[in-house]
Amino acid sequence: MSRARIVASPAAWLIWGAVAFFLISLAGVITSVVVNSFGLRWFDTWLPQGWTTRWYSTAWTEFGLFDVLVVTLEVAVLVVAVSVLVGVPASYVLARRSFPGRRLVYLLFLLPILMPPITYGIPLATVLYKYGFAGHLAGVVLANLVPSIPFVILTMTPFIEQIDPTVERAARMCGARTHQIFARILAPLLIPGILAASILVLVRTVGMFELTFLTAGPDSQTLVVALYYSMSAAGIRAQQSVDAMAVLYTTSMLVLLVIALRFVNPTQLVARVKEEPD
Amino acid sequence: MTRVALRHRLAERGVDRHLWLLLPGLACVLALFVYPFAYGIGLSFQPAEGGVFGAYRAFFADAYQRDTITTTLGLSLPAAILNVAASVPIAYRMRGRFRGKRLLTTVLVVPITLGTVLTAEGLLNYLGPAGWFNRALLSIGLIDEPVRLTNNYWGVFFSLVITGFPFAFLLILSYLSGIDPTLERAAATLGAGGWQRFRRITLPLLAPGLATTFCLTFVLAFSVFPSAVLVGDPAGSTRVISIAAYHAAYEVYDYSLGSAIAVVMGVVELAVVAVVLGLRSLLYTGSTGGKG
Repeated sequence: MSRARIVASPAAWLIWGAVAFFLISLAGVITSVVVNSFGLRWFDTWLPQGWTTRWYSTAWTEFGLFDVLVVTLEVAVLVVAVSVLVGVPASYVLARRSFPGRRLVYLLFLLPILMPPITYGIPLATVLYKYGFAGHLAGVVLANLVPSIPFVILTMTPFIEQIDPTVERAARMCGARTHQIFARILAPLLIPGILAASILVLVRTVGMFELTFLTAGPDSQTLVVALYYSMSAAGIRAQQSVDAMAVLYTTSMLVLLVIALRFVNPTQLVARVKEEPD
Repeated sequence: MTRVALRHRLAERGVDRHLWLLLPGLACVLALFVYPFAYGIGLSFQPAEGGVFGAYRAFFADAYQRDTITTTLGLSLPAAILNVAASVPIAYRMRGRFRGKRLLTTVLVVPITLGTVLTAEGLLNYLGPAGWFNRALLSIGLIDEPVRLTNNYWGVFFSLVITGFPFAFLLILSYLSGIDPTLERAAATLGAGGWQRFRRITLPLLAPGLATTFCLTFVLAFSVFPSAVLVGDPAGSTRVISIAAYHAAYEVYDYSLGSAIAVVMGVVELAVVAVVLGLRSLLYTGSTGGKG
């Protein structure tokens, strides 16, 4: 590394300068929100004139944050549970088997990830409204399943490929049936992969704005959507309490992500995900 | 007897009872993705007035609606290009092992957790007329009056960079770590300098990865919706196509027009992706063919 730096010194300086500039701006963006959420009054100065934690309690009561958090948790847990239950067997077949039409099935599972959520979200929400799902928790969960199931399949495939097929064959030789192989052999071996996929789906679902926004009713808003509404209706609410809510949101996302990073290496995971479109 | 034979023949081609495991996933995708999509396409051909192509004609005849395509492309293409172009040298420099790499990677992942609203709030606070950025530039004496960077094109552009850059960077870093380092060492042995090694060895091998990264970053940027409303100028310079689709479907309740705009959006996005992937296949075969 040091040798390379001596060879290309100006370029290296430029690159590290750009990284530093990006990180400083990023820190500025985040800190300004955090500072504002604790600030008393902040107009034309470097820092607010006083400090308070009042905005957090205001945000908690005014936005009914407890209910919003409960809804967010319910949606996230349901989406994770269903997409893991549905996605893991499918990814097992896709990883292990070759059968006619396999490429087509793969493409079908990839499309929801490749399309912008708004593109399929609008027709999906229309259909969900037609059948009376939208506006309730069920509609939000169903809509969020669309990108989550393919995501579980893509995340699980490398984990399944790592398991030696001879283990399964040995179990079959000893007389185990398919459901027994799943319950006794594969499930224990796949626990790390299932955990990784669950946490990533959890992060994605909590952060998914478009689909939830299109299908949520007044009592089925998740945190992101509530945040968006509170900010786009600016002027009614104090900006600081919106900031306080945003800080709460980011903190919870950050905790989830740090947990996720303990299980998966981001560069490897993304590499797996992106290889598929080929 | 024939039933057994048929089952046997199918099993030889890979069709057996295990494929039932695929069914729940397939059913979900068909019911929640394919059917609504087909329904939406059908809906877009059944407008209240104007015949089969009425909704599309309404969209393309109205300049205010039609221009959303160029607005969206004008935002998402430069943002995606910048994200990819900036990631390459940075990832190239960081592909080896060094102290604090994991920390730096984690810090670069943080923006993914920010969410559009915090990014929007942060950009409004930080880049706003009384924000720290303008304040710093003013106190250095670089500018005389605050630069307007929010509630216009630049606000949305910066939010796309903040959310898109870490994503592009992680992808490219993983592509670069996938390239065998001995290839570059072999080139160095043959006397290639740093730039030559990058230009002749790494870049051709990276090109397909760059195309894929560009596509995924572009999809992210193309579907920009919340930040275009919050930090942009949603009625004017950043009225992107997703705003138009949402407006048509949920504020005017013209589901036909809304679906038509969603279809146009998907077609435009897939066209760009197809062009890039097409160029990628040209690039890739070209460089491998050149070796022989």
